[in-house]
Formats: sequence, structure tokens, C-alpha cells
Amino acid sequence: MRRSADVVVIGAGAVGAAVAWFATRAGLTVQVLERGQIAGGTSSACEGNLLVSDKEAGPELDLALYSHDVWTGELDEYAGLWEFERKGGLVVAASSTGAEGLRALAVRQRAAGIEVTDVPADRIADYEPYLTDGLAAAAHYPQDCQAQPMLVTAHLLRMAREAGAGVSTGTTVTGLLRDGDRVVGVRTDRGDLTAGAVVNAAGTWAGEVAALAGVRVPVMPRRGFVLVTEPLPPTVFHKVYAGEYVASTQSSEEGLQTSTVIESTAAGTILVGSSRERVGFDRTVSLPALREIAAKALTLYPSLKDTSVMRSYLGFRPYCPDHLPVIGHDPRAPGLWHAAGHEGAGIGLSVGTGKLLAQALSGVAPDLELTPFAPERFGDQVLRETPA
Amino acid sequence: MTEPRPTDPARPDPGAPAALSQLDGPPAGRRHSALPAHRSGEAREVDDRWLRAERSGGVYDVAVVGAGPAGLSAAVTAAEQGLRVALVDAGAQPGGQFWRHPDEGAAWPDEGRGQHGWRRFTRLRDRLGRLIGGGRVEAFAERQVWFVEERAAVWHLHLTTTHAAVETPAPRLVRATSLVLCPGGYDRQLPVPGWDLPGVMTAGGVQALLKAHRSVAGRRAVVAGTGPFLLPVAEGLAAAGAEVLAVCEANSVTGWGRSPLGAVSVPGKGLEALEYAGALLRHRVPFRQRTALTRVHGEGSVTGATLSRLDRTGRVRPDVPPQRVEVDLVAFGWGFTPSLELVSAVGATTRVDVDESLVAWVDPNQRTDVPRVYAAGEVTGVGGAVLAAGEGELAGLTLALDHGVPVAGSRIEALQRGVRRHRRFAAAMHRAHPVPQRWAEWLTDETMLCRCEEVTVGAVAEVRDVLGAGDARTAKMLARPGMGRCQGRVCGFATAKLTACGRSLETTDLAPLAKRPFTAPVSLGELATTGEGED
Ligand SMILES: Cc1cc2nc3c(=O)[nH]c(=O)nc-3n(C[C@H](O)[C@H](O)[C@H](O)COP(=O)(O)OP(=O)(O)OC[C@H]3O[C@@H](n4cnc5c(N)ncnc54)[C@H](O)[C@@H]3O)c2cc1C
Ligand SMILES: Cc1cc2nc3c(=O)[nH]c(=O)nc-3n(C[C@H](O)[C@H](O)[C@H](O)COP(=O)(O)OP(=O)(O)OC[C@H]3O[C@@H](n4cnc5c(N)ncnc54)[C@H](O)[C@@H]3O)c2cc1C
Repeated sequence: MRRSADVVVIGAGAVGAAVAWFATRAGLTVQVLERGQIAGGTSSACEGNLLVSDKEAGPELDLALYSHDVWTGELDEYAGLWEFERKGGLVVAASSTGAEGLRALAVRQRAAGIEVTDVPADRIADYEPYLTDGLAAAAHYPQDCQAQPMLVTAHLLRMAREAGAGVSTGTTVTGLLRDGDRVVGVRTDRGDLTAGAVVNAAGTWAGEVAALAGVRVPVMPRRGFVLVTEPLPPTVFHKVYAGEYVASTQSSEEGLQTSTVIESTAAGTILVGSSRERVGFDRTVSLPALREIAAKALTLYPSLKDTSVMRSYLGFRPYCPDHLPVIGHDPRAPGLWHAAGHEGAGIGLSVGTGKLLAQALSGVAPDLELTPFAPERFGDQVLRETPA
Repeated sequence: MTEPRPTDPARPDPGAPAALSQLDGPPAGRRHSALPAHRSGEAREVDDRWLRAERSGGVYDVAVVGAGPAGLSAAVTAAEQGLRVALVDAGAQPGGQFWRHPDEGAAWPDEGRGQHGWRRFTRLRDRLGRLIGGGRVEAFAERQVWFVEERAAVWHLHLTTTHAAVETPAPRLVRATSLVLCPGGYDRQLPVPGWDLPGVMTAGGVQALLKAHRSVAGRRAVVAGTGPFLLPVAEGLAAAGAEVLAVCEANSVTGWGRSPLGAVSVPGKGLEALEYAGALLRHRVPFRQRTALTRVHGEGSVTGATLSRLDRTGRVRPDVPPQRVEVDLVAFGWGFTPSLELVSAVGATTRVDVDESLVAWVDPNQRTDVPRVYAAGEVTGVGGAVLAAGEGELAGLTLALDHGVPVAGSRIEALQRGVRRHRRFAAAMHRAHPVPQRWAEWLTDETMLCRCEEVTVGAVAEVRDVLGAGDARTAKMLARPGMGRCQGRVCGFATAKLTACGRSLETTDLAPLAKRPFTAPVSLGELATTGEGED
């Protein structure tokens, strides 16, 4: 059979788009398959925080810093296309214990290469004049950035297309073509396609795609809500969030957790996030979650009390039990590669992931060791999750 | 960012005076009973003139959202069958869009002037007044439902006041076993170059000003678009003293001949059209078929308009020179967009109607496919006030039935026959008055599409053609039409048409746009404290 493409990418979210762009640029022929519209999955139900500040030292932080270099390095010329801003993050603590935690985290992060400035209580207003009085401390992270996720996805796909890649929407992958053990292509509702490599970039649905190959990749949904306010004159200048957010991104708790992340967008609206719940793919809008997000935001910005909320949206973060993504070749099904499970950081991590995977796909040693993200690391047994 | 203009609440009226009696409920003759509650009591911070809420809380049998023809009929009917009803409406007085009328607090001896089926309304209002007086209905005026949820088999409606800067009075929560959704809709808009100039209004907006404030929006006007609603608006303007230079109907009314079944099903409608035609003749208003207002001129406000002849496909005919007229008012009517957010929020199934509007699916008894949720009026398909009232009454009876009250089957069947007949008529009307296929060709890249976010037609074409946005939701994500204050209520239809590139709209085009978990805006402060002390 003739090869339809060197690489078939399943999923046109931020991660699939980044893989497509970097693989195309590496000289591979790429075909992207998306069952819905471009950026129709979680990449259009999230926020645009590209953070280093919320990560403890470890492989995810390494990937975040690597991605930061990609965003601000070779992708810098496209920054305007996706509303990229080096906004900086401001993490605040309300209590003195919170403040101690913040300082201690900063020490560990500095050691791992993150830039952090300690901001004493009386200087917080210099950064964010509308923040509530009486906060105990803050930390400023100049490397935290922002981008518009749907524009990131759409432009990376456009760039890939213009460099020769194909993008088919409305095409669902329903099976994988095998030659013995090897995965040699995909079956779709619109016909078969052969490929040298099949990349599973199906986000929160990556587990289902992996199952088509008979392998287990435990990506699960973690629901989150975000509130959007009416457009306001400039009120929030950084990405502002409460220190507890870091703890909550690392937790596996099932119940409702909310932690405040506030950012303004280029259009003047303020995004107020967000919640974390493990409720499967339940799309019921939860008023308790929305109420708690609003209440916590008001403790930081009491002056927003009379601001109108125009809408809310929800998304399902793709997460793995150890809160690390799955990136790389799957030795259990040769020919199948994964790039999924980035949880609440998949926009920020997309470009690093895409670049590293493209290197691996073209047989070059990736700039960053991919072992911590190995798809087979969970084994084939259903693991019991251990709450962090 | 411009100051967003408020969404125009008023809509057109296929409503037929002659046909109103057909679906009328109980006979007249009870009109001289006690004054309704809305006449007593003095204005408070939030207007409660037709409100006598006992603030008793508890779980109502039924909560009706909307007090237009549909909701009013549903509430009155259900309450007269013995159910305990809560009636919620954003307006200060009942009537909805169709029976919008001057402030009942002031003396308007001629409050029914310019109205159709006014007797039917006053009878409904009287009945409502008695039911409120008797404690069977509690009415919550000037309250918007901003969130709806089901908890433990009870519907919870979260209310906010429609007055900015006024704290919402208790109760902020209404609970009920069943729900009737009658939120109506609003004017459908189609952008053309210059449509965002002051002096361009929706036909329904012009009508609302006439009906509620007796004020005329301009002196020299053109009424343009498609559908029978253009006629009463032109007639209303002319009767109020404005010079109406033309009524421009984009389609040809000989189209009616093509669906004889629909047209003969409601003879009263034909009479009504004749009546308007007669009135237009008296006022010397020319009625131009296959003509569209393709461009509005002016700087700062409307000073002129270009009227163009169209071919069958809606393309501007190159062989007929366009006409330039001087006007200070343009009234556009392109049909209606039903308010689907509540329907969407309860998770009811939707479908696309003949006029390409997303509407609620209902069974022949007005039940949606969500248990204990009913829908009536514009949200089940645009078809005028008579149909809306008939559906409301049918929903009210069905509710009673479903709550174990015996109801004569013959009464239900008679209503169903009336509803079916009006539906057929509405379908014929929609088929004769489609949005011109090639409307998009009248536009330039600079034509404003979304006024809230200032997104042009060119910007949407670019994300469609260059970035591959294949539907309205994706275009919204990439270019922001519909992301502003009105949340796509105004530009959603046009955006869907532009991204669909000529194919007919499907549920998948429209349903994502109708998804607005907050069915009305709410402040962060109110959201943060919702439910406090109420459950
Ligand atoms: C509330 C919330 C806030 C967030 N905030 C941030 C943030 O601030 N910063 C950040 O970096 N991240 C954030 N995230 C996380 C981020 O959204 C995700 O990690 C990221 O979008 C994942 O991208 P993806 O490309 O892997 O998945 P997706 O965008 O979901 O793309 C996967 C695609 O695969 C397609 N697909 C699935 N199965 C098939 C099939 N069988 N055939 C064909 N196509 C298929 C899907 O339709 C989908 O389009 C947030 C998430 C949520 C929910
Ligand atoms: C051809 C044609 C001609 C027409 N001519 C006229 C005309 O001349 N004049 C005119 O005014 N209309 C006209 N209409 C429209 C007419 O208004 C409708 O047919 C009729 O009013 C529909 O009744 P309804 O009860 O469904 O909705 P409506 O009358 O719109 O009533 C809905 C009510 O629900 C309330 N509501 C909506 N959402 C909420 C919420 N979240 N919370 C609380 N309350 C809410 C609204 O405030 C409103 O009062 C015409 C329509 C057509 C098709």
C-alpha cells in the first residue's frame, strides 16, 4: 500500500496543531484528522495562561520552560497572530502561612531556573492597584505569558497547511490499521489512510484512541468552569492568582475545588477561573461551582462586585494520574505515538510538546528527555490513583 | 469598544386581529369583576404594580417564564384549573412584545390604540388580576431568570432585577415542579453596509416605541426586509404621521400562491393583509416587491438609503439602476429569532424551523422532551400572537392534566386543531419570505457584523477562508462575533449564514450559539451570594 502521509495526527487541538506544524517544518508530510471543527475540543474551552509559576521543580516545569523558550524564541515572529503577551504572573497569599509557602516555593523554583521577584505586601499595589488591601505577600513571575488558545491552534494549523500539511475536519478516526503488531494507518468514517506514524493528539479522548490499538493510556477528564465578565477598562494587569492554585493543580481530589485565576483579555473582558472536579464528561452547568469561583474572585477584587458576568463555559482537562502528559512512541503498539494528557497546561505546553515530538518522529534525539512522559509508564493494569 | 446598544426587545407581528377569536378561551363577560392587582399599590423601587407576591416561597406547581401571549395564556389557564402558579417576566407589566402598551400607572384611556386582539389581552389581564387577588398566581415583574437548574426533581429559577443598580428584592429564587418556557424572541437582524448607523432600527423596535411610548422614531422612513410584519410597522408609522417612502419586500408576495394549503388554513390572515394593504394605499405608501434596502448612507446618522431590485436569488439586478432616497429612519424586519437560552439550559431537544430559526421541539401537547418542562409561543416556532396564545392555553391544560386535574379531551383537541392550522400558515409564510439566498453579496468587507465587538464581515470571511472556521461557533472563537454584551443574540444568525456559505442552517450551526448558561447577565456579587438563606 502507498503511504498517504508520513504522519497522521489525530486531533486538531493546540497539541495536534503544534505537532503538525513542527513535523511539517521538519520535512515530514502530515495529515491532521479532526472529528469536529478545528480547536473544537478543550482548546476552545480553556484559558490562555502560559505559566511557569504554578509548577514545582520536575519534568513538567522542564517542559514548561522549554516551551517558554519556543514561544519567545522561534515563534516570537508570530506572537501578534495569537495575542501573545508577556504579561507576567502575580501570585498572592492572604495569610502569613500562605506567604511563607509562597516564599519557600519561590526558592525551589529559582533553583530550577524560574525568575521570581518577592513582592512585599506594601508593594503589591504597584503591580495590581485594584487588588484587595491586606494581602500578606505576593510573588511576581515575569516569564508567565498569555496567548489566545483558539488563534494559536488555528494559525499553527494554517502555517502547517501552507507548508504542505493536510487538515481534514469532520473526520472521525474509528480504528487503526495494523500490520502484525505495527500501527500502519487509521480507519476513519471517510475511508482509510496509511501512515508511517500515527500521533494520538486526541486530548481528553486520547484514552479512547489508545484503546483502538489495544493499549492503555489513562487520560481522564477533569471538569473546569470559567466565568467571563463584560468588557471593562483596564483593571487586571497580570495573571493574578491565589497561592493555593499551585496545590490544587497537583491534587487528585474528586470533589469540587476552586482556586482563583484572574486575567484580562485583549477584548477587555476578564476571565475568572476556575474549578476542578472529577465528574466524568458531565456537561451540567454547576451553580455551586460558579458561585464559589465568583465568591473567591471577589475576595481578591472586591470592586468587581457589580461587574456583569456575561457567560460561563466549561471544559474537560485531559489528565493522567501522575499529572504529567503522555508524549512519545508507544512500544506496545509500534508506529503509534502519543501527545496528550496535558491537563490544565496544554496550551502552554503545546509548542514544546510539538517540537520535541517532531524531533523524535524524524529520528533526532529530542532536546529534552521524554522518559518521564513515556506512554507505557502506567503499565496495562488499572492503577489506583494516589491523591497528592 | 463601543458602548453596546441594547438588544432590541420588540418583534414583529404576524398576529391577526380577525383570527384572534378563533382560539379565544373562556367567554367574555367577566370583565367587570374586581380591578386586577396591578391597578393598586404604589410604585416601589422595583415596580410591583401587577405583583402581589406573598414571598411565601415553597414549591409552586408551575413556574411560567414570560408574560406575553403564550405565557399569559398558560399561566391563567393552569391557575384556573387549580394549579399554583408563579409568573415571571422581565417587563413591568404583562403583554410581552405583542401587547406592549403604555405604562398602566399613568392614565391612557386609549391604551389599546394600535393594538390587535386588545380585547383578548384585557380579558386575560382581568383573569390574571383575579387569580393574583385570589392567591392562585404570584407574579414576579421586572425579574429576569438568569439561571435555571433542576435539583431533587424541583426546578429552581434564579431571578435578578432588570433595573441596573437596584438590589434584587427577595425572593431571588422561585421553585416549581413544572416549568413553562414562553420567553418569546427578538427581531432577526441582517447586516447591510451602514446598518449600524443611528437611525437604523429593527421593525419591532419601531413598533415598540409606537406601542409603548406613542413615539415616532423618524419623519421620513423606509421599512425594509421581508414578511408580513413590514406592513403593520409601515402602517403604524404612517398613521403616526411619518412619511413612509416605501415598504421594500425582498421576496415576491406571489410566493403565497405556491403554498395554497398554508394560506387558506387561516383565512383571517388574508383579510388582515388586505386591511394593511388598504391602509398603505390610503397613506400612499408604495409597496415594492423584490426590492431590498442594500445600503444605508449617512455620517453620524442616517441620511439616505439605496433601494435595489433583486432577482429571484436575491442578487442585485445589474440591469435596474438602484434608487437613492433621503430618509432619517430605516426600519428593518427579517423575521424573528426565538430566545432559546432557557430551552437550551434545561437540555431540551431543539430543531431548525422552516425560517431557519432554532426552536424547541414539542409534542402535540407542548411538552418538551425534558420531563415537566413545556414550551409555548415563539420558542416553538415563530408564528404570531394568536398561535402563541393558543399554544399557551394548550400548555396550561396539558399541565393540569399532567398534574392530575381532569380536563375535557375535546377542549384539548380543539386547541390542537387551531395550533396545527396556524402552524401550517406560519410555515407557508416562512416559505414565502426567506432570507434572500445571495444577501451576503450586498455586503462589503467593511460592513459591521457584530456591533458589540466591532467585528466586520471581512474579518469573519477571513477566519472562514484562511483559518478554516467551518461553522459559526468556530468563527466566534477566532474572530469574536457574538462574544460581546448581547452574546450573539443580534449577529448570531448572520454569522451562521456567512459561515454556512449558502447551505441551509442545521441544528449544529445554531445550537452552540444558543447555549448561554447565564440566560441573562448577572453581577459577580449576585452570583457569589446566590441561594444564600433561600435553601
Ligand atoms: C477550564 C479550563 C481552563 C484551562 N486553562 C488553561 C490555561 O490557562 N493554560 C493552558 O495551557 N491550558 C489550560 N487548560 C488546559 C488545556 O485546555 C488543555 O490541556 C489543552 O486544550 C489540550 O489540548 P489538546 O490538543 O490535547 O486537546 P483538545 O483541544 O481537546 O483536542 C483534541 C481533539 O481531538 C479530537 N478527537 C478526539 N477523538 C477523535 C477521533 N477519534 N477522531 C478524530 N478526532 C478526535 C477532538 O475532537 C479534539 O478536537 C484549561 C482547561 C480547562 C478545562
Ligand atoms: C409576522 C409577525 C408580526 C408580528 N407583529 C407584531 C407587532 O405588531 N407587534 C409586536 O409587538 N409583536 C409582533 N409580533 C411578534 C409577536 O410579538 C409574537 O408573535 C408574540 O408576542 C409571541 O408571543 P410570546 O408569548 O411567545 O412571546 P413575547 O410576547 O415575546 O413574550 C415573551 C416574554 O418573556 C419575557 N422573557 C424572556 N426571557 C425572559 C427571562 N429570561 N426572564 C424573564 N422574562 C423573560 C419577555 O420579557 C417577554 O415579555 C409579530 C410576529 C410576527 C411573526
